[in-house]
Amino acid sequence: MNKKEYSEYVKRKARKSPITKNCSFAFLIGGLICTLAHGLKNIYLSFDLDERSASSLVSVTLILITAVLTGIGVFDNIAKVAGAGTIVPITGFANAVSSAAIDNKSEGYVLGVGAKMFVIAGPVIVFGLLSGAIYGVIYYIVGVFL
Amino acid sequence: MTNGYIRLKNPPSILSSYSCVGSEEKKGPLGDRFDYYSDDNRFNKDTWEKSESEMQKIALFGAMQRAKINDTEIDILLAGDLLNQCVGSSFGLLSYDIPYVGLYGACSTCALGLALGSALYSGGIAEKIGAVTSSHYCSSERQFRFPLEYGGQRTPTSQWTVTGSGAFILGDGGNVKIPECVFGKSLDMGIKDINNMGAAMAPSAVQTIKSYFTETQHSPADFDMIITGDLGYEGSDILKDLLLKENIDIRSNHRDCGILIYDRDTQDKHSGGSGCGCSAAVISSHILKELNSGNLRDVLFIGTGALMNALTMCQGNSIPAISHLVRLTVKEV
Amino acid sequence: MDSPISYLYAFLIGGALCVIAQILIDKTKLTPARILVIYVCAGVVLTAVGAYKPLVDLAGGGATTPLTGFGYTIATGVREAVDEKGLLGALTGGISATSAGICAAIIFGFLASLIFTGKPKK
Repeated sequence: MNKKEYSEYVKRKARKSPITKNCSFAFLIGGLICTLAHGLKNIYLSFDLDERSASSLVSVTLILITAVLTGIGVFDNIAKVAGAGTIVPITGFANAVSSAAIDNKSEGYVLGVGAKMFVIAGPVIVFGLLSGAIYGVIYYIVGVFL
Repeated sequence: MTNGYIRLKNPPSILSSYSCVGSEEKKGPLGDRFDYYSDDNRFNKDTWEKSESEMQKIALFGAMQRAKINDTEIDILLAGDLLNQCVGSSFGLLSYDIPYVGLYGACSTCALGLALGSALYSGGIAEKIGAVTSSHYCSSERQFRFPLEYGGQRTPTSQWTVTGSGAFILGDGGNVKIPECVFGKSLDMGIKDINNMGAAMAPSAVQTIKSYFTETQHSPADFDMIITGDLGYEGSDILKDLLLKENIDIRSNHRDCGILIYDRDTQDKHSGGSGCGCSAAVISSHILKELNSGNLRDVLFIGTGALMNALTMCQGNSIPAISHLVRLTVKEV
Repeated sequence: MDSPISYLYAFLIGGALCVIAQILIDKTKLTPARILVIYVCAGVVLTAVGAYKPLVDLAGGGATTPLTGFGYTIATGVREAVDEKGLLGALTGGISATSAGICAAIIFGFLASLIFTGKPKK
C-alpha cells in the first residue's frame, strides 16, 4: 500500500463527524446567541443610544459574558456541543482571547498574557482590517474617478 | 541486532513499577489499578508543566520504595515525555542523584525506555536502571493544541492525552523478564490529520510487529496479549486490518492501552487515550499486575509514537511515526 | 424598536451562518481559525458589494453577531471614514468601528486572567 492508497483507505475508514447532530446544535445555539444579541440591542436602543453605540455595547456585553463563562470553565463545555454555534458569533472571538489570556498566565503577564492573548484570535483582526483597508483604497479610487 | 530485533543474552527483569494518574484516568475502568492520583490533576503544583514533572518524581520515588532501593543504587535513568526539550523529565528527576538520559520517542517513549534499559543491562553496562515516562493532558494541550478553556469541538478520530506517569526499575531478580525487543524504524505514510493520530501510527506498529514475527519463530497465538500503546479505536482497527493482510492475525489477543484506560460510553474521549503517559501508566499498573498474578504470562508491548510538533504541522508536513516493541514474560526464556 | 418577527429572522439567519461554518468544519479539513478568517473577509467583501446590508436590515443581531458582522462593521466603518477624510479613512475606519469590541476583548480577557485559572475539560 503506498501513501496515496493508505490516505484513501484511512479516509474511508475514519469515523465521520455526526454532521446532522452537530449542525442542529450549531443552528440552535448559534441562533439563540444571535437572538439574544438582537434583544440586547433593542434594549440598549430604548435607552436613547444611537445605532452604532448600541451595536458596540451588544458586542461588549457578549464579550463580557463569554469571558466570565470561559473563566469559570463553562464555555468550553457548551462549545463542545455547540461547535460552530459558539465559534462563529463574537462569543468565539471573545473565548479565543480570554482562554489564551488565562492559559498563558503561567508565563507571566507581559510575555504570557500580553504576548499570547491573540494567538488564536489575532488572524481575524489582521485579515479583517487588511481586507477593510483594501476595500477603503478601492472605494476611494472608485469615488475619485466616477 | 537484525532489522531492529534484539534477543537479549542476559535478559533483565522488572523489579518494581509505580503509576500516577489524573482524575479522568482514575474514573476510568482501570482506576483502581493505579497507585497514585491527583483529583485536580495538579499534583500540588501551580503550573501544568510542574505538575507533569511532579508525576515523574512521585512515580520514580514509588518504584524505588517498592524495590527497596535508594537513588545511589540506580546506575542510570532513562526518561522522557512530550514537552519541548523533555523538560517534564529533566525537571522532575532533577532532585535524584542519578545519571540521567533524556529520551524522546513521542508516545513510544515507555517502550523505548524499557528496550534501551534492557539492552544496557544485557550488555553488562548497568545493573539497575530506572525508566520513567509521563504525559499530562493540560501541558500537552497547551503545547500542541489550544488553551484549556478554548471552546473547540473534537472530531471522532481524535484522541485524548492521558495524564499519567509510569516508572519501572529494571534489574536482576524480578518475576517479569524482558527477553526480546525491537527498535522500530520511523515511517511516514502521509497522514496529515493531527486529529487522527491512530491512523498515522498504525503502519509503524505493523512494521515493527512484522519485524518481530519475521525475526523470531513465534506466532501471535503464542502470546496472551499483544498490546499497543495508544492507537485508539481508529488506529487499532487499522492495525488489525493491515496485519491480517500480512497474514498475521492478532484480532483475538490485541488490546490497546488507549482503549483500556477510558470508558467509551461514559467518558467522552472519542478514539481513546494517547500520550506517552498512556502506555506507561497502563503497563506499569494493570499489565504488570496481571503478569505478576499469573493472569497473563506472555505479553508483547508495542509503544507507538507520532513524531510531529506544532511547527511541522503548520508547515504542512505529514506525521512520521515510530513503534518499539518489548516482550514481557514470566515464562522461562 | 424592531418588530417581533425580526427576532425570528435573527434566530434563523444567525443559526444558518453557524450551520454553514459547521459544515465547513466537518466536511473540509479547514481549521476553525481559517474559517473565522474566511468569515470576516467574506463579511467585508459582501458589505463592499452591497449584499450584506439587506441581511442586517432583515435579521439585525442575526447578521451582526456572527463574524461576518465583524467584517460588515469594518467595511461600513471604512466607507464612512473614506467619505469623511479621504484616503486616510481606509486606515482609520476599520479599527475605530470595531475598537469597542477589540478593546473589550483585551480588557475582559486580561481581567479573566487575573481572576481565573484554567481547568481541564471533562
